Amino acid sequence: MSGAAATADLRPGPAKDERVAKALGSRRKRANMIVQVLCILATVIGLLFLAAILFTLIYRGFAGLHLSVFTEVTKPPGSGGGLLNPIVGSLIQTAIGTAIGTPIGLMVGTYLAEYAAGSALGNAVRFVSDVLLSAPSILIGLFIYELAVAPFGGFSGIAGAIALAVIVIPIVVRTTEDMLNLIPTALREAAVALGAPKWKMIVLICYRAAKDGILTGVLLAVARVAGETAPLLFTSLGNLNWSVALNRPMASLPVTIYQYAGAAYEDWVELAWVGALLITFGVLALNIVARLVLRNRN
Amino acid sequence: MSQSIAAPSTTAHRAGSNIGDAIFGFAVRAAGVFVLLLLGSLIVTLFIGGLPAFKAFGLGFVFSTDWDPVQDVFGAAVPIYGTLVTSVLALIMAVPLAFGIAFYLTELAPMWIRRPVGTAIELLAAVPSIIYGMWGFFVIVPLMSQYIQPSVIDTFDGIPVLQDFFAGPPFGTGIFTAALILAVMIIPFIAATMRDVFLTVPAVFKESAYGVGCTTWEVMRAIVLPYTRASVVGGIMLGLGRALGETMAVTFVIGNTNRIATSIFGPGNTIASIVALEFPESQAGSLKLSSLLALGFILFVISFIVLAISRLLLRPRSK
Repeated sequence: MSGAAATADLRPGPAKDERVAKALGSRRKRANMIVQVLCILATVIGLLFLAAILFTLIYRGFAGLHLSVFTEVTKPPGSGGGLLNPIVGSLIQTAIGTAIGTPIGLMVGTYLAEYAAGSALGNAVRFVSDVLLSAPSILIGLFIYELAVAPFGGFSGIAGAIALAVIVIPIVVRTTEDMLNLIPTALREAAVALGAPKWKMIVLICYRAAKDGILTGVLLAVARVAGETAPLLFTSLGNLNWSVALNRPMASLPVTIYQYAGAAYEDWVELAWVGALLITFGVLALNIVARLVLRNRN
Repeated sequence: MSQSIAAPSTTAHRAGSNIGDAIFGFAVRAAGVFVLLLLGSLIVTLFIGGLPAFKAFGLGFVFSTDWDPVQDVFGAAVPIYGTLVTSVLALIMAVPLAFGIAFYLTELAPMWIRRPVGTAIELLAAVPSIIYGMWGFFVIVPLMSQYIQPSVIDTFDGIPVLQDFFAGPPFGTGIFTAALILAVMIIPFIAATMRDVFLTVPAVFKESAYGVGCTTWEVMRAIVLPYTRASVVGGIMLGLGRALGETMAVTFVIGNTNRIATSIFGPGNTIASIVALEFPESQAGSLKLSSLLALGFILFVISFIVLAISRLLLRPRSK
């Protein structure tokens, strides 16, 4: 009896009183429980948003998904038609934008990882690239409008592709730098010890070792620009007629969706949903492929 | 024998590799400078384009609520107000949810669930913004106008101050709907950043706290959050930067009215939405186009400040 009292006296603070200690403990447990439930709830809400968006796209878009969507060009309301020219236009602009942006992004990423360690210029480039990564895409549209549309007297597919290239660059820069930094120094030293010049070490050793990571960056960049609308509004404008000329306005899937979704014609709205379904699942598939590429490496 | 093969190649090879190195080094450095010039010319281009508007209206451009293409009088106050209000409202809604998701994914969820759920949340960030706009316009707007707005307006009717805050006809569109869509869009960015920084907390710190009997929530509050405070704020700023410049999603649902709404259900506009909508109706070289470019410049300055702070806070610990 007296022994129990002695040990109770040794305990510090509120734990001296069993009832207070129990109440405190259950209060802490209750708070923990409430927070845990709220966190699970938050995650469920987040997942529900994704599910709701995907469900809406399938529900509204799947019915209109005929072969004619891929074989016919856009037509005036009430006369059917498909999305052939927006799809082709999107493919062309995304391809050219990626083709321009990837080499530049790759070189900048190489500079940051291999040449710029600790230099002021390197830090400035890294900062500016990260700002570009998150800069509002509509501003890039305005910028390219002033640069490549207004001086040349017209909207054009190539201006759209350039705007997309500006978005591609920082994405490729980020992944390239990150992936090159992951390569073990021993690998570089081995190459240099064999007498390889630095550029050969980078191109033949580092690029090969970081191949999957760089490819992931390019895929993510493609996924990002394929769904961009705002930068194309002021550059390639959109075109309801069939045109693949790079110096003329060019249709694109996101801009066509924008025009059709806001229209008062039911068949246009339905086509907008079909386009939305195509572009979302295309973009999400690219994202998943990009993740798989990276995971296979590990 | 083998030595005699290796020996002669060195001098000739060395000269060639020096040139190769010089060219390659110059090329990648030039690419780096090119990116600097790219952002520099973006700023300069927007500023020069907006110069006629800045000259015509002076500093009053920022404070004027006029937008009258007929009289050729333009002001930026309403879109700036709309941009800030929608973004801040979006943050208020998004941050708790994003924190909950990040907490769940780093401390609570069973291991096998973390990867798929994390990927699903990241996919939410990959959905193009035009899709959010359509979804908001065709799904959320009807929900808001039929159920949520009428009941909220009725609830607060008759209570001073609050009744003005939630007043107005239930159109479904408006500032609150735009903020809600923005919140959904930025949740994955904030959640992913928070998750990544939570994972940087050394396991020893957390284990010590668990060792003295802390609950999961106490470990989060007393160990993880203080350790990652700066980066968490950086992640939130990153989300804010995204919300400020979002165009397509907002254009669909904000109602596009150039008036400062006192009710959060009232219609409004943002810099990005007014640029997207008014641009096609602007003549090249007109004062209106210049005003839109000036708005673009202002948006760039705001986003640049927010993103710069975010970068500063998200810098890896130097230790």
